[in-house]
Amino acid sequence: MWEYSDKVREHFFNPRNSGPLEEANGIGDVGSIQCGDALRLMLKVEPETEIILDAHFQTFGCGSAIASSSALTEMVKGKTLDEALKVSNQDIADFLDGLPPEKMHCSVMGREALQAAIANYRGEEWHDDHEEGALICKCFAIDAVMIEDVVKANNLNTVEEVTFYTKAGGGCASCHEGIEEILAKVKAERPGMGETSPPAACPATPEAPKPPTKKLSIVEKIAKIQEVLESVRPMLQRDHGDVELADVQGKKIYVHLKGACSGCMMEAATLGGIQQKMIETLGELVQVLPASHMPVEA
Amino acid sequence: MNPIYLDNNATTRVYPSVVEAMLPFFTEHFGNASSIHAFGSEVGKALKKARTQVQTLLGAEHDSEIIFTSCGTESDSTAILSALKAQPERNTVITTVVEHPAILTLCDWLEKEGYIVHKLKVDKKGRLDIDEYKSLLHDRVAIVSVMWANNETGTIFPVEEMAALAAEKGIMFHTDAVQAVGKLPIDLKNTKIDMLSLSGHKLHAPKGIGVLYLRRGCRFRPLLRGGHQERGRRAGTENSASIVALGAACELAMQNMAKENTEVKRLRDKLEKGILAQVTHAFPTGNPENRLPNTSNIAFEYVEGEAILLLLNKMGIACSSGSACTSGSLEPSHVMRAMGIPYTAAHGTIRFSLSVDNTEAEIDRVIEAVPPIIAQLRKLSPYWRDGGPVSAEEAFAPTYA
Repeated sequence: MWEYSDKVREHFFNPRNSGPLEEANGIGDVGSIQCGDALRLMLKVEPETEIILDAHFQTFGCGSAIASSSALTEMVKGKTLDEALKVSNQDIADFLDGLPPEKMHCSVMGREALQAAIANYRGEEWHDDHEEGALICKCFAIDAVMIEDVVKANNLNTVEEVTFYTKAGGGCASCHEGIEEILAKVKAERPGMGETSPPAACPATPEAPKPPTKKLSIVEKIAKIQEVLESVRPMLQRDHGDVELADVQGKKIYVHLKGACSGCMMEAATLGGIQQKMIETLGELVQVLPASHMPVEA
Repeated sequence: MNPIYLDNNATTRVYPSVVEAMLPFFTEHFGNASSIHAFGSEVGKALKKARTQVQTLLGAEHDSEIIFTSCGTESDSTAILSALKAQPERNTVITTVVEHPAILTLCDWLEKEGYIVHKLKVDKKGRLDIDEYKSLLHDRVAIVSVMWANNETGTIFPVEEMAALAAEKGIMFHTDAVQAVGKLPIDLKNTKIDMLSLSGHKLHAPKGIGVLYLRRGCRFRPLLRGGHQERGRRAGTENSASIVALGAACELAMQNMAKENTEVKRLRDKLEKGILAQVTHAFPTGNPENRLPNTSNIAFEYVEGEAILLLLNKMGIACSSGSACTSGSLEPSHVMRAMGIPYTAAHGTIRFSLSVDNTEAEIDRVIEAVPPIIAQLRKLSPYWRDGGPVSAEEAFAPTYA
């Protein structure tokens, strides 16, 4: 079984702000019936300033669900609603000195309860857009639904590509069989992708790029590079990272990796994934490098 | 305060006398049983004795029907894959929805490989429909594999009757009996069971030793091929120390069988009644009329199992739960789901599994400890208010992901 941090244990054994809050004017009820967690978050908001004066919770769930709920109430008290909305599930996990990958969904539930409670206070309808699947990659807490979505959206065909795009499989590698099963399933569902699939559907390899139909102008090339970066940004932002174009020098594309991406142990894999996409899009061999590798101009 | 161990269906303490019996086989009797010299023959004799001890506990007709393996899972895989390999004209496996993952995960893989797997359903008390079973016995079935007793609820399946029905149709029958061996009297020579799996660490022997019982004459294909060990049916140098330990543990299990079914059963019943008398909205799962003498599985509604376990652990009490959160998966126990236990109860199931080691004083302490823990967690639960579940009209109905 997993080890909980001391902070998780402390918040589980001595939960803060538990029980009903009579003067609550924003209530969020969320849950995940499959994993058996459910949370009611109650906020008392001062209407003039939109400051959260008090926050209470009631939770049906495991140790980390109760600890995440307790942590959340402590984190949002004293914040304005707009400030509170900036609290991410990663922030909740960080507050607790980390959660095991199997338990990250507890912090997601906390984040959702917060959104739901604020929507309830503002008289808005809150819709959950989050679907959870079986945990595949335990090193990076990536579930089957996310892998399947990314495989479909990007037409991925190999475990390596899945790792570039989602990080799944990039750690201990014991989930590769599970990733292969998802790839096979998606492939079988893909229209016109039966036994007679055209070889053109295979991704180009860096060694054998497809010849470009015509040479791109530098402006067109930079536009395409920006396009590729835009397409990977949502993925990186989900992990609290980001990427920005620094410069293009011939076949070398320099980028700034920002936020959680900078210094991440997966930096090389991330750049490799971006490079792969660049090669496919531009139809020529290019190298994607961190901006720190840029030669100093004379 | 001494810790209280009520998780004997997960694993058991190796008896001191069993440890004592096995230790010389690491040191002075370290030989390889296959060797011709004195170092080897000493070990060979000890293995023979252990084989007889296992044979006696299982009521097997011949000692050569006992094949030592590394664990229950290996025995299960060997049995099912052997049946499929030895009878290529048969492509179907019959099992149940409540088997241990050692069977179910293998069967899921077999389905992917193109085999047909029928999983028998269970009712609310975890019982099988024998008529459904009969209707599935046909000449494409290679093997039936049904557990003797369920690891989570202790519910016992009528495997002897089911084996007889399979035999009438010429179908092999295997039972995963890792929970039953040592707790229920077993007399294989008077049954039609062809293969049976047992696991040493469930009956006070060490981990890493198991047995596949294989009825003489039952067609067989080994999983591991290599040396001539176990008459060529399971290659690999014998784990002699653990085999000796398993033999000793089987002899003790034989001696403790009566106590298991009287004293242990009495303590189990006392524990269950003592808890249910104090905690409302809780019920035993499975079939209390027909279950292992040591197992009680109680569903506590509106609270979650891992939270209960963490609080029990703080008080030095060890048991386990069918909650999703203790398995690392998102689904609650497949056994609870198969019996149609609602999610709010399935996540709050706690399994208490006793052994002959447990004392009356320990049981009293657990009866005292459980009710306040459940009350404490229910106070945190949005499904609970003022000593009862929230009424139907104001029921907590969250937006579910």
